[in-house]
Amino acid sequence: MSILINKDTKVITQGITGKTGQFHTEKCLEYANGRNCFVAGVNPKKAGEKIFDIPIYATVKEAKEATGATVSVIYVPPAGAAEAIWEAVEADLDLVICITEGIPVRDMLIVRNKMKRKVAQGGKETLLLGPNCPGLITPDEIKIGIMPGHIHKKGRIGVVSRSGTLTYEAVAQLTELGLGQSSAVGIGGDPINGLKHLDVMKMFNDDPETDAVIMIGEIGGPDEAEAARWCKEHMKKPIVGFIAGVTAPPGKRMGHAGALISGGADTAEAKLAIMEECGFKITRDPSMLGKLMKSLL
Amino acid sequence: MKIHEYQGKEILRKFGVATPRGIPCFSVDEAVKAAETLGGKLWVVKAQIHAGGRGKGGGVKLARSLDEVRQHASSILGMRLVTHQTGPQGRIVRRLLIEEGSDIRKEYYVACLTDRATQKVAMMASSEGGMDIEEVAAKTPEKIIKVFIDPLDGISDAQALELARGIGVPEGSIPQAVDTFKKLYTCYMETDASLAEINPLILEGDGSIKALDAKFNFDDNALFRQPEIVAMRDLDEEDPDEIEASKYDLAYISLEGNIGCLVNGAGLAMATMDTIKLFGAEPANFLDVGGGASVEKVTAAFKIMLKNPKVKGILVNIFGGIMRCDTIATGIVTAAKEVHLSVPLVVRMKGTNEDLGKQILADSGLPIISADTMAEAATKIVAAVK
Repeated sequence: MSILINKDTKVITQGITGKTGQFHTEKCLEYANGRNCFVAGVNPKKAGEKIFDIPIYATVKEAKEATGATVSVIYVPPAGAAEAIWEAVEADLDLVICITEGIPVRDMLIVRNKMKRKVAQGGKETLLLGPNCPGLITPDEIKIGIMPGHIHKKGRIGVVSRSGTLTYEAVAQLTELGLGQSSAVGIGGDPINGLKHLDVMKMFNDDPETDAVIMIGEIGGPDEAEAARWCKEHMKKPIVGFIAGVTAPPGKRMGHAGALISGGADTAEAKLAIMEECGFKITRDPSMLGKLMKSLL
Repeated sequence: MKIHEYQGKEILRKFGVATPRGIPCFSVDEAVKAAETLGGKLWVVKAQIHAGGRGKGGGVKLARSLDEVRQHASSILGMRLVTHQTGPQGRIVRRLLIEEGSDIRKEYYVACLTDRATQKVAMMASSEGGMDIEEVAAKTPEKIIKVFIDPLDGISDAQALELARGIGVPEGSIPQAVDTFKKLYTCYMETDASLAEINPLILEGDGSIKALDAKFNFDDNALFRQPEIVAMRDLDEEDPDEIEASKYDLAYISLEGNIGCLVNGAGLAMATMDTIKLFGAEPANFLDVGGGASVEKVTAAFKIMLKNPKVKGILVNIFGGIMRCDTIATGIVTAAKEVHLSVPLVVRMKGTNEDLGKQILADSGLPIISADTMAEAATKIVAAVK
């Protein structure tokens, strides 16, 4: 087992015909069971055509009805990406993964509140991963997103992180030590997003095929502290923790829109302290993530 | 993106929030003329820089005559204004705001920002205006009233009223305060702001409510649809290296240390800076070269880092995922030759075609030091600059 996705997941790609969408769709198709997983693309102007032998539909709803897909991945450019998320939510998908970086915060605020209102009014809940994230992977089964597939290895360690390349760093260290991954999840670097560390930690806790988790965070926002407090009470598995940005100055946006110290509890030091207090094995040396994990098993 | 106070007030006025009358000026003569145009007997001469704490730093002065306006304008314009937000190097004052004096009876605080935890817009107000809000939050948190606004509904009358009563606005001025809060919210949303702060918001002797200051930050992701805001950008207030970097789509931030670093990915870039510190030195910058570390981008990145005279060595840390390490290595070698790199360079590459990449670096004839892990890379660059 794994979390959120597996070899049988059927995926719709929104923005499949754009340059980024094409490039990464090809890589996803090549990975493990990708050929069978990526069943539909969406582009209203190219409905009826095919790309990489994948049929293109005008809307997410049509794509879902025709293929039975339950997940979508979004490569739509920033100005239209929040609309694309909402289209997938209205089509009642289970999970939407938004790779797009640079979506206006106001658009994300509005779509997140629409999603919450839909659930409050009795509508089906669609989970959102991202935006501004690398996606997620269950090694040897399926890869949805832009991470390099070959560094992963099937196994029993969960990885969750806000950053792309730092996730790859952790995964590569694990793989080098012979420790495979159950799933590796990038929740993204934006301030207003879908799944948070807390949500993913809960899933790893419930997943019988995950034995331990690496949780990577960064400066800005309350998410890591919130997850740590929950883990203290509920998490049954060892956790290795790292927070990037000890050297980041306050008030400066460090690449990610959400990586900004805005006062008090959202510094790297404050988060590391809370995580340690809540039973995480923390490291300040990101080269030690894999070794520290190995020492706990 | 940040703007000046006078620009912030222009935006507030456009959305119907009352402010004192004022005129922005670029010279002493313009300042005197502005005071004449405004009329009256009391003026405020305010330095315009993108930083708070201007009053304490000597950048805001009251003038009771046109002569005093001239005196203050000539002393403030061109001064190096140091505040708690500018850093010790301060900022040169290039613009002034000449404003009519206000009859201040009471100072309040109000601000709008996006709350990450609730995913709502938070509006917070306080009876303790004119002070640093972080200080108020630390010492007397009960004096800050907060409401969380669902962007699908907008701010309600009840929420605006809760704020106005919560900070003790006198009964007769409540309608105007409520109206001000609602307009501030509309302004925040429509301009794609990430912060809209009025500190102080004043109650005047006649009971009217006015914004005496205005501080705005805007969401960089939304600037593409805010041409009027983009037109307010003042490049003099920004780090020239950061401006140069943005032309090449590089995320760059200058720091105080002496080891330049070039990394792909924001999280890995911060982790690399942290590792440099962990092994005994300080990073000179944050630099995220992005996914496609092309020769052009790497060359531009080297040039920008090397403009900083403090830089005594460079650490390159690239995780070659989709991008192959041999391509990246070729880019690094080409760029290093083009800029005639003369400081020690440690390169740590990981990922696809790693060995091929290392071979290219070794065969380049350049004194590039190779490393396998981030810790090893940091150790080596720290040793090389000592």
